[in-house]
Amino acid sequence: MTAIDTNLPQKVSVRGLNFFYGEVQALKNVSLPLFAKRVTSFIGPSGCGKSTLLRVLNRMYDLYPNQRAEGEVMLDGENILRPGQDLNLLRARVGMVFQRPTPFPMSIYDNIAFGVRLYERIGKSELDDRVEAALESAALWPEVKDNLKASGLSLSGGQQQRLCIARTVAIQPEIILLDEPCSALDPISTAKIEELIDELKENYTIAIVTHNMQQAARVSDYTAFMYIGELVEFGVTAQMFTSPTNKQTQNYITGRFG
Amino acid sequence: MALYDKRRRANAMYLGLCYASTLFGLSWLVIILLELLMQGFGALSLSIFTQTTPPPGSTGGLLNAIVGSLIITALGVAVGAPLGLLAGTYMAEYGRFTKLTFVVRFINDILLSAPSIIVGLFIYEVMVARVGHFSGYAGTFALAVIVVPVVVRTTEDMLRLVPDPLREAASALGLPRSHVIGKVAYRAARTGLITGVLLAIARVSGETAPLLFTALNNQFFSTDLNAPMASLPAIIFQFALSPYKDWQRLAWAGALIITLAVLALSVMARALGAQRTPK
Repeated sequence: MTAIDTNLPQKVSVRGLNFFYGEVQALKNVSLPLFAKRVTSFIGPSGCGKSTLLRVLNRMYDLYPNQRAEGEVMLDGENILRPGQDLNLLRARVGMVFQRPTPFPMSIYDNIAFGVRLYERIGKSELDDRVEAALESAALWPEVKDNLKASGLSLSGGQQQRLCIARTVAIQPEIILLDEPCSALDPISTAKIEELIDELKENYTIAIVTHNMQQAARVSDYTAFMYIGELVEFGVTAQMFTSPTNKQTQNYITGRFG
Repeated sequence: MALYDKRRRANAMYLGLCYASTLFGLSWLVIILLELLMQGFGALSLSIFTQTTPPPGSTGGLLNAIVGSLIITALGVAVGAPLGLLAGTYMAEYGRFTKLTFVVRFINDILLSAPSIIVGLFIYEVMVARVGHFSGYAGTFALAVIVVPVVVRTTEDMLRLVPDPLREAASALGLPRSHVIGKVAYRAARTGLITGVLLAIARVSGETAPLLFTALNNQFFSTDLNAPMASLPAIIFQFALSPYKDWQRLAWAGALIITLAVLALSVMARALGAQRTPK
């Protein structure tokens, strides 16, 4: 029986989070930690609120009216839900990769250099290094190094998704949110991205939403199971998948509902 | 089987009607174009582009009208297009969920379909009547007023076609909204935005009514925007109605020039639209 190590530093701690789309409550009193430099996966049937939770962590929901969050989300001890929070700085610290690859309509190089240039004044050669390092860390460098001027849209789906990860890594965030990053990818690209997640957790705190149970089991250290807006169970992944304490969790993991 | 045959007959009938009405509509267009091409090319010569409009009975060209049209159209678009782009950007981006956008879109649609002569009268009232004389400036503003709603509409439509996940992805990098719009959304919609402006140019380059009340016309070469200015549509209007054969020939030549220019713009707009990267 593996228990949660309570001494681990919490990069993020969500406390009593409620979320509303207009009148509809999508998250109900959710509290959980994201441990620093660990991978936490969020599983649960569609509509359970796992993507919503991710979109609270970088306040992506702020782009839309009528969406609001209540409660506390502490990032390094500061509540990011407070009214004065600078959203652009927050999002530079909390990167996000989406379900579908979203390369910008520009060259591969610019896709990555774009975000870097915004926050740092660095020279051409240093920028080149940063682009290379980012592409390396996303395991994309060997495939695109001779073709950096090509449009980001010319890459395959799996390459595009890795480009998006490289882009996120390039601005050196502290947390990376992955919202079903492999759902549009073939198994080989999926395997590459899973390997990548394993390497990235050396430096980053990672949260991943996935519909793929095996993926959650493979890549994550901690797993949160959610159901209709509520956190049903949070625990060490190995334990969640072998001996979940909650009946609902067990049913979902074994495929009996959802 | 009887039911199936009946449907087949109905299908054949409706298909036939569709072809017939298409043919009917197109044939008029073809007749107009053929007439224009024959008369226009017959009247076309080098002197059209080198000489100014003549008094009846002597030779001349359309130089003053061509230059006037270029100036008024270019300035009109230069004034109207940025306004339209900015307003359309507001509606599709910053103000997407606001009441103001709803109201502006409604009014813009009315403006879009308003007869252009009303725009001419409006500018006549606020500019020409106040200043006391017709002028190229007034013509410019009249065309600008026509350009704005066209560009607002296409800008809003094109920016709305940019998928939201792209905006979210840009925002997720911590880009301020202005960068998300300027560097990502505009880029993704670029060809569409350019197409909108080209279509606006095509639209105003043939406008006559608003110019008659504003820039009026000028038989002499003039680039003074503060004075009445010649334009192709106005010259065509005047010459085509005249009893003089050589003036009528010049009107045909002018009509051909405008038609070819608009055709070229439309083809460019189409070509740009077609090469837009899928998704």
